[in-house]
Amino acid sequence: MRLALATIRRLGWRFLPFFLAVLALGFIWPVAAEYGDVVLNHSSDRAGVRPVIFPHWFHRIRFRCKVCHHELGFEMRAGANDVKMSDLAQGKFCGMCHNNEVAWGLENCGLCHSGKQGLAGGIYGGHRTLGPGRW
Amino acid sequence: MARISVGKLTATAILAGGLLLAGCDKPDDLKSFATKGPPSAEPTSAPASLPSPEPVIPWLLLTDDNLHDPENPALPLLQEPAEALAVLAPAQEGNFVDWVAALRSGEISPRTNVYPETKIRVIDLDILMTDTAAMPVVRFPHRPHTEWLDCKNCHDKIFVAKRGANPVNMFRILQGDYCGQCHGAVSFPLTQCQRCHSVPREQVLRMVPE
Ligand code: HEC
Ligand code: HEC
Ligand code: HEC
Ligand code: HEC
Ligand code: HEC
Ligand code: HEC
Repeated sequence: MRLALATIRRLGWRFLPFFLAVLALGFIWPVAAEYGDVVLNHSSDRAGVRPVIFPHWFHRIRFRCKVCHHELGFEMRAGANDVKMSDLAQGKFCGMCHNNEVAWGLENCGLCHSGKQGLAGGIYGGHRTLGPGRW
Repeated sequence: MARISVGKLTATAILAGGLLLAGCDKPDDLKSFATKGPPSAEPTSAPASLPSPEPVIPWLLLTDDNLHDPENPALPLLQEPAEALAVLAPAQEGNFVDWVAALRSGEISPRTNVYPETKIRVIDLDILMTDTAAMPVVRFPHRPHTEWLDCKNCHDKIFVAKRGANPVNMFRILQGDYCGQCHGAVSFPLTQCQRCHSVPREQVLRMVPE
């Protein structure tokens, strides 16, 4: 903030519109993910791999919500499932399907671990709504 | 001092201009003014000569969504949303797909279970929620919901299974409670008021017995 102010002062207020435009862009254009994309990043960043992006749009073409959120027991709340690679290897969570039987297997790291480093876990792409604000 | 206010004015002008531009969802809005020339030799009666709306592709490329890491060597293997979603029943927002229509028409046939022993429960029961102030009454349809979801996803975690027993209101919904747990996150977003507020109040009044 102080740096920004100092820069503005040095360049003169003439450039203020430019700064404001950049700021505004930052607000208008933060993340534009597809509606319903979930980032899972409990441990990925810390372990030095890319965060995981789970696309709802892709999976709901193939499975109803009840398959994951009822049969397989995924909590319907971003961040509420503490997923570990060791669980996946034992056939839990994504590993129920990504086992080379229902879908391709766990050796395809880059398909799941596809996010930008440092992304916060949570739901993305919520166009023009406030919800869900609880988490 | 004068300079500052000039700067501020310019800034406001730029922002306002930007917002105005962003507000025009169709760039043809602007073009249509420019292309109004003298009547051309073309037959004017044919509706085909109307400027056809340019196809708007609402889905971003994965490389541009600010979420996927463009450096990831596996990125090209992932499917682009536009490729899968553009062929499904359209909607105005969210995934730009009407998932209820897509399911009903058979455009998609998502699996209902992975274990053969799982019970599939679907019921057809509409519930009118009338505490909607000046808005049309909300019709909550069990059928499309139970085609996607199990009873346990809602009962009794989100809703007690008793008519009128849940203190639902728009504020809580916008906070991500009740209907807002799904609508606004994965199911169609809350800006589509009329899909929930779908029954005119007069119609409900007529349904009530004397
Ligand atoms: C089907 C999707 C999927 C695939 C394929 C996959 N992972 Fe993961 N991985 C996850 C999820 C989900 C998490 C939990 C993410 C989180 O919360 O940070 C995770 C977490 C991790 C973690 C964090 C620590 C831990 O053990 O949980 C590491 C390291 C990791 N994965 C490495 C890999 C490697 C290496 C591969 C390829 C051999 C791989 N993953 C393939 C989904 C996947
Ligand atoms: C293939 C599995 C799968 C399917 C199918 C699926 N989901 Fe999810 N869902 C997930 C995962 C994984 C998460 C993230 C959980 C986490 O972060 O711990 C999630 C999270 C959610 C959340 C929480 C979002 C938030 O804001 O916290 C909601 C709501 C949700 N799903 C609704 C749905 C609905 C509605 C459907 C059906 C249209 C559906 N899901 C289908 C796997 C699935
Ligand atoms: C109910 C089964 C199921 C579960 C659970 C599941 N997936 Fe999938 N997933 C699939 C299927 C089926 C495909 C498509 C495989 C194919 O095309 O061969 C797929 C594909 C994918 C893709 C590739 C999408 C593309 O663009 O091609 C990603 C990424 C993915 N899954 C991530 C995950 C993650 C992360 C989880 C756990 C949070 C998960 N999946 C849980 C069934 C599942
Ligand atoms: C997911 C479905 C859904 C959507 C979308 C939705 N509403 Fe509602 N709305 C409800 C429900 C449910 C109630 C509570 C009805 C009851 O308790 O009888 C409600 C109540 C209301 C009320 C009554 C006062 C209050 O705060 O509860 C107003 C006003 C209202 N909605 C306006 C809107 C407007 C405007 C929009 C669009 C921006 C909208 N709603 C979108 C489901 C929805
Ligand atoms: C998407 C969430 C959702 C799902 C899934 C769902 N319900 Fe409901 N259910 C509701 C809501 C909302 C109400 C109305 C509550 C109110 O009026 O406050 C309701 C009310 C009910 C009632 C009370 C009706 C009455 O006249 O009092 C019954 C019984 C019921 N549901 C049964 C079921 C059964 C059985 C299933 C599974 C086949 C199911 N529901 C699935 C949301 C759901
Ligand atoms: C557990 C998740 C969940 C909850 C809670 C939920 N819905 Fe839905 N709803 C869905 C899904 C999934 C669909 C399918 C369409 C979609 O995903 O866009 C849907 C579709 C609908 C439709 C469209 C039906 C059609 O024929 O087009 C209406 C109306 C609706 N919901 C109203 C409500 C109202 C009102 C509430 C709260 C009382 C509510 N929903 C709560 C998941 C939910």
